Amino acid sequence: MSSHETSKYVPTHPVAKWFEDRLPLIGFTKSTLIDYPTPKNLNYWWTFGGILAFMLGVQIVTGIVLAMHYTPNAALAFDSVELIKRDVNGGRLIQAVHATGASMFFFAVYVHIFRGLYFGSYKAPREILWILGVIIYLLMMATAFFGYVLPWGQMSFWAAAVITNIFAAIPVIGDPILQLLRGGFAVDNPTLNRFFSLHYLLPFIIAAVVVLHIWALHVPGNNNPIGVEVKEKRDTVPFHPFYTMKDLFAVVVFCIPFAWFAFFAPDILGHSDNYIMANPLVTPPHIVPEWYFLPFYAILRAIDFNFIIDSKLLGVIFFGGSILILFFVPWLDTSKVRSGTFRPAFKWFYWLFVVNFLLLMWYGAQEPALQIIGPFTVADVSKLSVVYYFAYFIVILPLLGRFEKPRPLPNSISESVLSKPAAATT
Amino acid sequence: MIQLKTIFAAALIGVGLAGGAIAAETAAPEDNTIAKQHWSFAGPFGTFDQNQLQRGFQVFKEVCSNCHSAHLLMFRNLAEPGGPGFSEAQVKALAATYEIADPDADGGKRPALPSDHWPSPFPTEKDARDANGGALPPDMSVLAKARGIEDKFPNWVFNYLTTYAEGGPDYIHAILNGYVDPPPAGFQLPEGKHYNKYFPGHSIGMPPPLTDGQVQYAAAADGKTVPLTVDQYSKDVGAFLMWVAEPHLDSTKAAGFRVLTFLILFAVLMWLVKQQLWRKVEH
Repeated sequence: MSSHETSKYVPTHPVAKWFEDRLPLIGFTKSTLIDYPTPKNLNYWWTFGGILAFMLGVQIVTGIVLAMHYTPNAALAFDSVELIKRDVNGGRLIQAVHATGASMFFFAVYVHIFRGLYFGSYKAPREILWILGVIIYLLMMATAFFGYVLPWGQMSFWAAAVITNIFAAIPVIGDPILQLLRGGFAVDNPTLNRFFSLHYLLPFIIAAVVVLHIWALHVPGNNNPIGVEVKEKRDTVPFHPFYTMKDLFAVVVFCIPFAWFAFFAPDILGHSDNYIMANPLVTPPHIVPEWYFLPFYAILRAIDFNFIIDSKLLGVIFFGGSILILFFVPWLDTSKVRSGTFRPAFKWFYWLFVVNFLLLMWYGAQEPALQIIGPFTVADVSKLSVVYYFAYFIVILPLLGRFEKPRPLPNSISESVLSKPAAATT
Repeated sequence: MIQLKTIFAAALIGVGLAGGAIAAETAAPEDNTIAKQHWSFAGPFGTFDQNQLQRGFQVFKEVCSNCHSAHLLMFRNLAEPGGPGFSEAQVKALAATYEIADPDADGGKRPALPSDHWPSPFPTEKDARDANGGALPPDMSVLAKARGIEDKFPNWVFNYLTTYAEGGPDYIHAILNGYVDPPPAGFQLPEGKHYNKYFPGHSIGMPPPLTDGQVQYAAAADGKTVPLTVDQYSKDVGAFLMWVAEPHLDSTKAAGFRVLTFLILFAVLMWLVKQQLWRKVEH
């Protein structure tokens, strides 16, 4: 399975040998989780892969327990979530861990994605690895959206109504898709039931794609902060114990803010309207998605003008395109140098992209009519941010590779490590 | 690289602050910002004040529950740890004074038991609306979490550090103290409504529910008394409704402190393990 099977597992016990001859599971585990040679210069941004695996486990375990007590029925769902918090043993904590866990999971995935964008982890030979990652991210978004609907509060209900309605903008097949998603003409009990079913299904598909993601990682091996491939054995350390212990340390540190939110302020990341039971007759004054969807929500809302096609469809195209464009990043970035550390011009555009993403997040939470600078409103300035978001991928990354003069690369990981004080590696 | 990042961070914060300031400015003409109150249960170490919960329960029982339901509250909750701290005998006696509609009982009614839900004042939503001029008194089970106050940009960042989750009680306190009679000149108040400066749209169906001296508190066990004012009543009932919405708040916060202590110690140990391992590797 892996090209890095440097050490072969030789079973000594006859039973182990008998088993290994029929299914080489122990040898496979040893070569992928223990002996796997990993670049020795990985920084803490690389620990988020392990953190994400941990978070997926947390969400699946807490989610399975919650599903044992939850009632997917439009009349009962809201109270059943409350009863979990009140009367199920430890229910208050399990529910809070699951709900705040979604936010922590997305925080970690954003760090992971932006790390990949900075250090060029999507470049050859890791394109498939990157694409699988984007698929995981898409599945995460769908899972989080379905999960948010389940408590059947006002925001749950209206998020379901608004997001499913996006599909109605697609010509011809839009309406059938809308009705298929909702299970009828409006969001109602059938919607809740199918969303519950899908919310239970998708995490296991995510887990399967994560296996592929790790497999695709183990074929070329890890990228690293200098972006120079592993050349010899002394560039690497075995995954265990070096990275198992470093990742475990990172997971424990990550759990500190996680516990802070789960125990002390589980609702601070949510919206108080979601403690009002869903009511199709009352529209909340401000429908806002969870924070992790805000940048894309801002992109959707920024397209409020007709250009050749209707603004609604155009908005959906930009909304979908803002995520789908990630699939093409490996071929849009023409620079041969992987790591942003050695790309003086790229750095500027990259950090501007990060700031722009955060700005979009902020715009997504504001009223479109809110004035930002002089007479210009959120609706106006967010268009600039949308332009930069797409220009980064379509114009800047392709052109930078041609015109930028990268700094000289170290010959190897070991060389860069030894000369560390001189050449700072971000 | 640090320099570059710092510049961008500074720029971002600058933009954010500017946005926040502008947002605050547009909100300025009406001074209806809800003041945050001091709550004993705020922050990571907060706990409910048992005397306050008992007083708040009295306000709820004598005033609110005449129109508002709280169907997730059960009588037994009132005797559970972290709550108002009534004894089981007290709760049993209290429950027995209420009647529960039960189709299995003789005559369709029976006295309530501690395991019963708090009885709703009206059998259906239609009845509730008819008795309240068309407005529906909202259920109070999670009301304290279903309301909040809005913080402008730079302020809410600090809420993550202070774990501010008391927007609901703050809002409830403000509404109960926000009645203005007569309404400001030029405000068209619909028939049967009341002017409240903190209510969205200002026209609220609920008449001012509290007046000074309306609820007679007994002195606490330690002989302490509190003023019998609307301000005090609304603080007490705000705290009580927070407990109704979050009955395990005290034990959760106590557990959170233990868990965080453990995590921090564990993190230190893991860091030492990691350092020891990596000491011999140039990296």
